[in-house]
Amino acid sequence: MKLEIISPGLLSTIQDLGRFGYMDSGFSPSGAMDAFSARLANILVGNSQGEGVIEMTAVGITARFCCSSVIAVTGADMSPEINGKKIEMYKSVPVSAGDVISMKNASNGMRAYLAVACGFDIEPVMGSLSTNLKCAVGGFRGRKLKAGDLIPLRRCCEISYIGERHFKPRNVFSNTVTVRAVPGPQDDYFSVSELEKFFSSEYKASAESDRMGIRLDGESVCSIDGVDIISDGIVTGSVQIPPSGKPIVMMTDRQTTGGYAKIATVITADLKYLAQLRAGDTVRFEKISQAQAEKINKSEQKFFKRLERGFLFAD
Amino acid sequence: MNNISFLPAGDAALTVEFSREISEETNSKIRFLCSAPELTRLKGIITCVPTFRSLTVYYDPMQISGKRLIKKINKIMDGYSPSQDSEKRVFHIPVCYDEEFAPDMSDVCSHTGLDRQAVISLHSGTEYLIYMLGFLPGFPYLGGMDKRLETPRLKTPRTVIPAGAVGIGGAQTGIYPLASPGGWRLIGRTPIKPYDPKRKDAILYRAGDYIKFEPIGSKEFYEISSLAECGNYKITVTEGKK
Repeated sequence: MKLEIISPGLLSTIQDLGRFGYMDSGFSPSGAMDAFSARLANILVGNSQGEGVIEMTAVGITARFCCSSVIAVTGADMSPEINGKKIEMYKSVPVSAGDVISMKNASNGMRAYLAVACGFDIEPVMGSLSTNLKCAVGGFRGRKLKAGDLIPLRRCCEISYIGERHFKPRNVFSNTVTVRAVPGPQDDYFSVSELEKFFSSEYKASAESDRMGIRLDGESVCSIDGVDIISDGIVTGSVQIPPSGKPIVMMTDRQTTGGYAKIATVITADLKYLAQLRAGDTVRFEKISQAQAEKINKSEQKFFKRLERGFLFAD
Repeated sequence: MNNISFLPAGDAALTVEFSREISEETNSKIRFLCSAPELTRLKGIITCVPTFRSLTVYYDPMQISGKRLIKKINKIMDGYSPSQDSEKRVFHIPVCYDEEFAPDMSDVCSHTGLDRQAVISLHSGTEYLIYMLGFLPGFPYLGGMDKRLETPRLKTPRTVIPAGAVGIGGAQTGIYPLASPGGWRLIGRTPIKPYDPKRKDAILYRAGDYIKFEPIGSKEFYEISSLAECGNYKITVTEGKK
């Protein structure tokens, strides 16, 4: 019961929703960059939302199944095929022993997710399956996938156990996105006009963006009196302003603490848009209150619960 | 009044800032809040990350709102008094200061005007408070280094510093728990593993604990190192009053 990696793509790792219990020790949470797509892929194959999935970056994997199973591919469109025949994304798809799944370069978005029914048979490290590349722990041997890797599956599975499931979200992959953000924790390091500028400017995603952070080019944001602070907590979505004034949105492989002022925090529900940006794509920030942000968080959680219960499945 | 600022950190976290300065008193307040059962057992609290002067509280807005959380925290802090924080836990970390592990010892000596023996006895003569962990898993930001030991960081950071390296960076001292680039002046190395993902407590110590460095020879370094490699070295921890 294994998945044999034939071609690993550019950067493919096993991720779940993150390793949250050790941040007080300086441990980055890691986890899927586009948690929305990862959760969705799991639900489509009958897994719990936080099961481990394969996150592929820019280029997809080619892999052979050594037993029958059910899979789902979500996120960026890497034109997935089974034995050379195109399959639908956002849908539960049965595979048989010997079947080969192959994917190409992403034609939109940046990251795709492959979920396998019942999940991977891998021992969690410190409570999570997420790969932390810097510390070389979690996921498959603490590293990105390589050709020849045999990833153990928990068990074989037939589509009849799960039923056909599909759910197509509205297209999240646009070259221009607006993400909602709550000012703070250090918005008082910036004048009213600089805050205004931040919330009205257009930024371009830089090619240097990675799992640690989405780096942005565009209008520099100037602080009143320097951006150095005594290190405090960073959360996923924190928008750091380094001395250059070019914002960096901290993502899941971020450090847990940092010494630059954070002008705002992108809300959890909108991180998926950032995770799918390609170099040169445009980002704007829309200011919302903490109370509004909490409301959106709750409605997204409710959405997934409803989806899990099957209310939203088409067919 | 508790003089606390509550800084919003998005839809699922709140940074509770006690001060804009680093002090033992601030640290004691952070520890008090961080370990208060009224907070840690509160429904919807995911985790807390202490730093020099604040505590970032991660919560699930489905179960508790930021607004209610602020009320709770104010109430918890009303019950704070400095005398409650009197116990301390000291981790005795063996360090070999021999030349093979101390490539920057001579720089520290020439900058501080102290000889090697004086550097070792000053560095190992203090119980350092762990203000916070960050940068790397288990990297402790320590307070209380003797001012005479202050030495600026390297102009060009090293691309690799080995796990266990003990160094001085400006007014700070610390341990690199895993191999990493870094610019601190290296004056020794510990054979123990502050971070070991295979161990039940993957990170040895927590913010609020103390570290004391215990000088050892190189023979002992290799003995402890092979024990630590298979998880058989038990580090000395003493508990007592402040």
